Amino acid sequence: MRRVLSVFAALASLAATPALAAEGGPLPEHHWSFQGLFGTFDRPAAVRGLQVYTDVCAGCHSLSLVAYRNLADLGLSEDAIKALAATATVADGPNDQGEMFDRPGRPADHFVKPFPNDQAARAANNGALPPDLSLIVKARVGGPDYLYGLMTGYEEPPADFKLFSGMNYNKVFPGHQIAMPQPLSDGAVTYADGTEATLDQMAQDVTTFLAWTSEPELEARKRMGVKVILFLLVLSGLLYAWKRKVWAEVH
Amino acid sequence: MAAPAFSNPIVRWIDHRLPIFSFMHHEMHEYPTPKNLNYFWNFGSLAGFMLITMIVTGIVLAMHYTPHASLAFQSVERIMRDVNYGWLVRYLHMNGASFFFIVTYIHIFRGLYYGSYKTPRELLWMLGVVILLLMMATAFMGYVLPWGQMSFWGATVITNFFTAIPIVGDAITTWLWGGYSVDNATLNRFFSLHYLLPFVILAVVGVHVMALHRHGSNNPLGIDMKGPQDSISFHPYYTVKDYFGIAVFLLFYAGFVFFAPNFFGEPDNYIAANPLSTPPHIVPEWYFLPFYAILRAVPDLWIIDAKLAGVIAMFGSIILLFFLPWLDHSPVRSARFRPAYRFFFWVLVLACLVLGWVGANSPDASFHGVPFLWIGRIATSYYFLHFLVILPILGYVEKPKPLPLSISEPVLKRTAYGAKTMEKA
Repeated sequence: MRRVLSVFAALASLAATPALAAEGGPLPEHHWSFQGLFGTFDRPAAVRGLQVYTDVCAGCHSLSLVAYRNLADLGLSEDAIKALAATATVADGPNDQGEMFDRPGRPADHFVKPFPNDQAARAANNGALPPDLSLIVKARVGGPDYLYGLMTGYEEPPADFKLFSGMNYNKVFPGHQIAMPQPLSDGAVTYADGTEATLDQMAQDVTTFLAWTSEPELEARKRMGVKVILFLLVLSGLLYAWKRKVWAEVH
Repeated sequence: MAAPAFSNPIVRWIDHRLPIFSFMHHEMHEYPTPKNLNYFWNFGSLAGFMLITMIVTGIVLAMHYTPHASLAFQSVERIMRDVNYGWLVRYLHMNGASFFFIVTYIHIFRGLYYGSYKTPRELLWMLGVVILLLMMATAFMGYVLPWGQMSFWGATVITNFFTAIPIVGDAITTWLWGGYSVDNATLNRFFSLHYLLPFVILAVVGVHVMALHRHGSNNPLGIDMKGPQDSISFHPYYTVKDYFGIAVFLLFYAGFVFFAPNFFGEPDNYIAANPLSTPPHIVPEWYFLPFYAILRAVPDLWIIDAKLAGVIAMFGSIILLFFLPWLDHSPVRSARFRPAYRFFFWVLVLACLVLGWVGANSPDASFHGVPFLWIGRIATSYYFLHFLVILPILGYVEKPKPLPLSISEPVLKRTAYGAKTMEKA
């Protein structure tokens, strides 16, 4: 058995060969509420993060895999979800006259994109395409630490650094040249719950929110995982006892 | 195959017309198995368990998946978000591929260590190599289906291997793609083949088990069973041992599925495929990394350019396993009695791990001043030397330790004998 375990360990360490780190700077180490075996999303932080997204990010970044109804997972009431959805304008149709029409959003709609297509997004953003944020935490090496580092990583470039026109210096972005200007700064939003909107606070909150949009199943997954592991431990013990009993006459 | 007297009259009635119960009795109860198999013999049944797990989860995923270049990525996210327990099925399938390869690689190295490929089990071994090749094709095509950045660019890199074939390479590649680049036609055929090949694997596994049951399992001593005192029936002894093995295996598997489901994956595959944007590092799934390292290790050889030579070396590294039963002609099976072979076996394991590590790194990068390219070249050279030079020579020059007279002899003297070998093995 010990040998079996050591082979597993060897293979695991093979797979754990450091993921090809993005050629950015070192990432800040931060403890997130959703990490660990029993981690859950910090609800108030995620709801504040939703506000950061809608007030700041949503101007350029889509969130197309998330529906308004999904926000119930963060504890938003049905009325609050309806009200938020209704602030969006959804193109629908064709109606029975064969015409497309605009209507207010409904909870079943996905977050409405800020631009009708990628070309429009590029045209409005100096040629750069703001990525969809639905999976952003899962889609970057470093995950939440990367996103938090990016939000708080804007600074003056070193004297010998050649910054292209229209670009901004960010210490964690690969290559350090990022088209997005610093999105968050102290007081960029006024939190509905009265929390002071510092840069650090907003970066943490929006990271928590986007971690949730990336892995909305995370809490259910870990809850089920704990039960499954406990069940398998008991099952393994019982099967081992059965095996010992059956083999007793052989040894 | 004398039919046992079944007490249940319905079973008797069926068995008289369709001897399925006699068959099961013969292959499970009467089938003699060496009594000294260790836990490394669990990995064959674990691989079978994973094959079934992959087929079952895969069929469910196919019910919700859309194989179209503009919809595939969205449909996988729909499975993750909107299908009931879709995340569970998808993570079981995704991590299942990694665990299928883990147990299969351990199964293969067990065969190497204990000489399970030697006469009369050459065809059993060769069928296993066929299964490995089919698994690799299936896994590669499955990885393309989510249509993320790594799916798309991995598919582009791998299918480009075929352009290395002289003269007809480009035409073959265009034919494989169904167009002039990896696109919707490629995705559709990969989905079709990804659904087909597991059933081909299932059929070859059936033949693999048939070949196994002809002469029975090899064992840690590598000597034949000499009589009933050396064997026990497969059921219940090894069935219950396999149940226990599966439960322990599931602990590891579930640990990753529920607590680190993306550990084996690449973050880039959560970005939808974009033919206009190449990721900075294109890496295959971890289980292909050693082969990827071999591919990149080979330089221009005489008139063969590096690309073709690399592809030949990569496929050759698996094809030569077909000839292993004749390359290693030592009559002694188990490495327990072959001290020199045992040493080189562990060097081979090390070389394979090193190749995996090299495959995960850029060849331009270096480790303490040694370029990964050269580490890869040394490990690749060893891999081929091991099979093509060292094993044939060892068959002549190695002096094996004396073999025990029978399986039951060392089993009876377990305390004296077992303690010593357990430490070394």
